Amino acid sequence: MMRLRLTPLAAFALFAGLALARPALAVEANEVLADPKLEARARVLSGEFRCLVCQNESIDESNAQLAHDLRVLIREQLVAGRSDAQIRDFLVDRYGQFVLLKPRFDGETLLLWLGPFLILAIGAGLIGVAARRRRIAAADAPLSAEERAELERLEAQ
Amino acid sequence: MIAEVGFFALLLALALAILLALSPLVWSASGDRAIMALTRPLMLAMAGFVALAFAMLTTAYVTSDFSLASVAENSHSTVPLIFKVTGVWGNHEGSMLLWALILAIFGALVALVGTGLPRRLQARVLSVQGLIATAFLAFIVFTSNPFLRLDPAPPEGQDLNPVLQDIGLAIHPPLLYLGYVGFSVAFAFAIAALIEGRIDAAWARYVRPWTLLAWSFLTVGIAMGSYWAYYVLGWGGFWFWDPVENASLMPWLAGTALVHSTLVMEKRDALKVWTLLLAILTFSLSLLGTFLVRSGVLTSVHAFASDPRRGVFILAILTAFIGGGLTLFAARAGELKAGGLFAPISREGALVLNNLLLASAAAAVLIGTLYPLALEALTGDKISVGPPYFNATVPPLLAPLLLALPFGQSLAWKRGDLYGTAQRLFVAFGLSALLAFGLIAVEIGGPVLAPLGVGLGAFVVLGSVAEIVTRSWPAGATLRLALRRAAGLSRQAYGSALAHIGLGLTVIGIAATAWHSETITLMSLGDTREVGGYTVTLAKLSPVQGPNYRETAAVFRVASAGVPQGDVVSTKRIYTVRGTPTTQVGLMTQGLSQIYASLGDSEPDGRIGVRLYWKPFVLLIWLGALVMAAGGALSLSDRRLRIGFAAVSSFGRASAPAAPAE
Repeated sequence: MMRLRLTPLAAFALFAGLALARPALAVEANEVLADPKLEARARVLSGEFRCLVCQNESIDESNAQLAHDLRVLIREQLVAGRSDAQIRDFLVDRYGQFVLLKPRFDGETLLLWLGPFLILAIGAGLIGVAARRRRIAAADAPLSAEERAELERLEAQ
Repeated sequence: MIAEVGFFALLLALALAILLALSPLVWSASGDRAIMALTRPLMLAMAGFVALAFAMLTTAYVTSDFSLASVAENSHSTVPLIFKVTGVWGNHEGSMLLWALILAIFGALVALVGTGLPRRLQARVLSVQGLIATAFLAFIVFTSNPFLRLDPAPPEGQDLNPVLQDIGLAIHPPLLYLGYVGFSVAFAFAIAALIEGRIDAAWARYVRPWTLLAWSFLTVGIAMGSYWAYYVLGWGGFWFWDPVENASLMPWLAGTALVHSTLVMEKRDALKVWTLLLAILTFSLSLLGTFLVRSGVLTSVHAFASDPRRGVFILAILTAFIGGGLTLFAARAGELKAGGLFAPISREGALVLNNLLLASAAAAVLIGTLYPLALEALTGDKISVGPPYFNATVPPLLAPLLLALPFGQSLAWKRGDLYGTAQRLFVAFGLSALLAFGLIAVEIGGPVLAPLGVGLGAFVVLGSVAEIVTRSWPAGATLRLALRRAAGLSRQAYGSALAHIGLGLTVIGIAATAWHSETITLMSLGDTREVGGYTVTLAKLSPVQGPNYRETAAVFRVASAGVPQGDVVSTKRIYTVRGTPTTQVGLMTQGLSQIYASLGDSEPDGRIGVRLYWKPFVLLIWLGALVMAAGGALSLSDRRLRIGFAAVSSFGRASAPAAPAE
């Protein structure tokens, strides 16, 4: 059975009845590995993969059957001595880039990763240019009639 | 009858909204004051009819009139009264009507309390709001009519989604919408200013209360949604970077920037063009959020096509308002005169930095939310952008903001003294650094970023306290004088300090999540487990029959060092109509921390899955948001901000280090 779980926000958004809401359980007690170090790695890893049948959830958070199977699979591979990178590659081979919640940095995701910082840089640049132009404009601005009169009065003293 | 009255009221409201939107065609050129003055009764009448429509729909829900499709699909006769009422907006059609109702309330408020506004500006603002109302009422009438009848009427409804049968549905959506839609007022003011081609500090003074109001509501709305998710989901997360959450965070970030830029404009007549753009962008992001959520485009690109009328309609609204607003801005912004000059190191300069970082953070959320859609549309490749992306981009943009905040709020307007400011903040910075490094030292091998986060939050809190203290207590002054000066500080000064303190508290709460501990286990009756220094014993399992559900309640006895602390009750519930199981989390609050228990599946041998969490200082996350909103409300109550209050009276005075007693 496919079991889905929604955040209340998402549930509110998608309105009632679209998905079979079920209590969230995420990692089940019977999945937990005896070795705390391996289990800690498993938790970190499972936070990085998308539950493919859910609404934007990692397999660590989801209680869908698929998420359960993947959690068990990751733990089996960890026990077999695979590295984190090997497990990532294995899942990407099987499900494509879509399974990664943290997209890889490549040509396709260049703007995704750099975009926010480009906007920051462009914004800072624009502010700098605007400030410079304003200062120059203010320095070059001709004196008003009152200011000229005031200046003449001061110079006459 | 009820449904027909409701639908007819909607149609009348739409007609009035169209009249309101078109009214400038009559008075704009002639400047006929009598016709211009008609915008107020038009707006009030429109609001009255939207309210009537909403009241009719609520009546249908409360009386369980299942001849209405909306009621039959989202309610049931056994649902408790409160969820019959909240069920009104627990579905697409009803929530759009709530959106329209709140838009109408804001419009009516501008008509009623905006009497101090220049007549022409008020009429313009009301007509722009009429235009927005036209779009949304037409959307409801033509694609999302909540008053559709079923024939024959079913004898019983299909129940409200169990996840939504929670007090959270009564609180979170209305507050969120009050925030979203509240920014429409700032948008309407911006459009009005662009059409009139005039904008000055007085404009900022008129807009600021509305912006602050919307911002305060949005802050609480998001926080309450976060707390709801926290206790409903069963594993204690509080923020998921879900696209629907992002849709509310973007207008919040932009709105926060707007609250600050209108301040610069009001005090110093600077940043005018940027403030206008920001007002347009903030409401655009609110609209985009509504669009993303309502069109279903986020679930899948293909869901968009499942109801093309709705999706296309919303897309048209979005294009018209965002495109129209930005086009008008591009055409007219050049004609606006630039305002006051300031040095880079000044309050204005700091607020420019604030705006730059907040806008970049909003951009990061926007890019992350839309990138997968754009990439799939362009190349067909599917990628996921999840929490790791947002955690890697948003905090690095906001951390410098937190560090700069205490300096910024202490700098003088126009030209500031960074050295003097640093001196004033020396104690606050020292204490925060001590706290951060103390935590690192105590927790060797523990998290490193979290203590820095706590230190940063503490710096924001202490820096805000220091700001009030140094402003009222000059060196060498007596305590009596200091208290008198403190009493003389404006509510706006206290409001902004309070809002910043709230932000600091939220940051500390978020950073403290690094110290949460969890125990995932299987328990039999009488078993005891440990979590965060507490012992938790499964004392009782008993069946309970509720109004429209039955449940199994597990009573956990909590003790600390042998001293009983009380019981935590977590239940597994089955809603009888839909047969949907849910888990009700058990919470025990200890100061600002919580013990959190939720039940999982049972094993064949009768043991039950249990998740126990110790969440130190977790309440600070939402408490901080409430304090932020309280700061907004306090600032709002400043009499200098009240609409219609003489526009120039406090000019210059606010730039003095301490405002004189009033």
